Amino acid sequence: MTAADLAPVSHVDPFAVEVLTDPLPFQAALRDAGAVVHLAAHDLYAMGRYAEVRAALTDWQRFCSSAGVGLSNFRTEPPWRPPSLLLEADPPHHDAPRRVLAAILGPRALRRWRDRWFAAAVEHVDALLGTGGRPVEVDGMAALAEAFPLRVFPDAVGIAREGREHLLPYGEYLFNAFGPHNELVAAGAVAAGGHAAWVNAQCARETLADEGFGADIWAAADRGDLTVDQAPLVVRSLLSAGVDTTVHGLGWVLHGMATHPDQWDRYRRDPARRRVCFDEAVRWGSPVQTFFRTAEVDVPIGDTVVPEGSKILMYLGSANHDPRHWDGPQRFDLDRDPSGHVGFGFGLHQCVGQHVARLEADALLAALADRVERIEPAGDPVRRANNTMREWASLPLRLHPS
Amino acid sequence: MSSLVVTAKDVVADGVVALTLARPDGGRLPDWTPGAHVDLTFDSGATRQYSLCGDRWDPASYRVAVLREPDGRGGSRHVHDVLQVGDRVGLGGPRNHFPLVPAPRYRFVAGGIGVTPLLPMIAAARVLGADWTLLYGGRRRASMAFLDELPPEHTTVVPQDEQGLLPLASWLGSPDADTVVYACGPEPLLAAVAAVVPADRLRVERFTTTEVAAPVREDPFTVELARTGVTLTVDASLSVLEAARRAGATTLSSCERGTCGTCETTVLAGVPDHRDQVLADHERAAGDCMLPCVSRAASDHLVLDL
Repeated sequence: MTAADLAPVSHVDPFAVEVLTDPLPFQAALRDAGAVVHLAAHDLYAMGRYAEVRAALTDWQRFCSSAGVGLSNFRTEPPWRPPSLLLEADPPHHDAPRRVLAAILGPRALRRWRDRWFAAAVEHVDALLGTGGRPVEVDGMAALAEAFPLRVFPDAVGIAREGREHLLPYGEYLFNAFGPHNELVAAGAVAAGGHAAWVNAQCARETLADEGFGADIWAAADRGDLTVDQAPLVVRSLLSAGVDTTVHGLGWVLHGMATHPDQWDRYRRDPARRRVCFDEAVRWGSPVQTFFRTAEVDVPIGDTVVPEGSKILMYLGSANHDPRHWDGPQRFDLDRDPSGHVGFGFGLHQCVGQHVARLEADALLAALADRVERIEPAGDPVRRANNTMREWASLPLRLHPS
Repeated sequence: MSSLVVTAKDVVADGVVALTLARPDGGRLPDWTPGAHVDLTFDSGATRQYSLCGDRWDPASYRVAVLREPDGRGGSRHVHDVLQVGDRVGLGGPRNHFPLVPAPRYRFVAGGIGVTPLLPMIAAARVLGADWTLLYGGRRRASMAFLDELPPEHTTVVPQDEQGLLPLASWLGSPDADTVVYACGPEPLLAAVAAVVPADRLRVERFTTTEVAAPVREDPFTVELARTGVTLTVDASLSVLEAARRAGATTLSSCERGTCGTCETTVLAGVPDHRDQVLADHERAAGDCMLPCVSRAASDHLVLDL
């Protein structure tokens, strides 16, 4: 009997549009089927329970990233772009880029941006609300979740103003490309080269501003902490992983607040809730739903063995909704302690920019909390299917000034 | 504080023992990178820093090597003469002040027990496919640890009683732009290396163990949560984070191993005993923040912005 016979089998394609846009039922079935499940549609394994996902993300020795963190196996299929030095690397290659970026994006290093971002958020929300004191209808995605990160983050990296419209579609394609070669990838493929070329051009030392994360990365190369060949790829990681993820994290906060008005009250009245708010949204919405690992050896999991060389889907979104770990996981609840969620991943590949995302969210939400009494839906939200991200294309919102 | 158990104690050279350390439950230890050290706290109350010199692909054990220093302050004597397999030691870190930077070519220079941080670097260089060689000096061949782990074709072994001092100038030549020299050993050796290697091509670590600045305590201390006014006692069985959480503080954490930085908390009064991997030395010295998932108190009382 082979390992594949032993693992429970699912014939659902997790990358079918109807699953991507409504993943919770499939996630529940996956968790209930077993700790690890064989997905026949793509001949791969999947983990959906919190305990196993978290343990596997931590176990870089047996679950490697350098064979790609998407469905494609770099050992048998060439990657569509030069692999990331962070996301798609294992120790020891991963060590130096991670060390450099963790220092640049650490909570203490970010203090120099805090006041600027909070001021920018105030300006942004004030402009949106106008002076009429009347409710304002906006698309929460375009006007807030996308606009605010695009207002502060590219400046903090230090990239050119012209061409920033490439950032979101680049990320959208990148996150689609972690999945199978389905129609979502095909739809973005033609334009992807242009987006990637623009992004790559932003990573050169001479095009980056003198102050910012990009300049800090090049300064690390000058110190010898990175090679000059590595520096542009590390800058690229910021532009790849630092925009869409934050945008959709913010989308989930806004959607949570619009659909749970008591939680917005809670947020506005109790400053202690602010510490957990963004992380609860990242748990609840899990904007990054999935990443893959590759088994370095035969890995026993429960009664099953995941064979060496297999791709394993780590279902972060499912782990964050696993009732074996979370009480009432489908509730967006600021009284919950979301500590330990895997929405930023876990282990040594855990999102190195998480403190940046939290600071952006804190700035925007603080400005909204001071000015907006109520956030309510102003129409049906529109989903967008993506092979990795769980995202809103549009969130019609009505903001009631306080 | 997390506590490790000594699972093996082996004499690896004259005057050198290697300790293998594991969690009491055999579980996964915090990740580390080549050049990292840990703080080990012994029953005597002494805390010493040792380079990790084991295999990072083994997630369940650490290895350190300890040189008997007859003129030392007693830490090494304790390890050699008192510490036994099955004993517990306290763990701080791991932290890394001596990281391996990427380069096409490495020249490693070890003096005596200074070989320890270089062993994992050599393992990394081999995986990276970098060009590397090691110049390893010691008083006598029998006092030089881990000779059997070093590939002879890359290693030049120079016992002083046979061959005199290390031939640094001739062995190093003039390092080109692709070369980084890593050196660890006694001060005169490091000075001799620095005399022939440009500063921007040289990374050194002084292996003499330094005492951890903060006095580490095992006895309970009190923590006041400023936002709620609650004061609680934290004993060795609980982290500050967990104690605060149980007392109703709103906390946010993630790794709970002192690596991710999520639980960073402002310290309003008292002196933290930093045990994390996140804060730099100047940030530790400032004493105005701590990572309560692993860090504790050096003073009797801490006031936290929780």
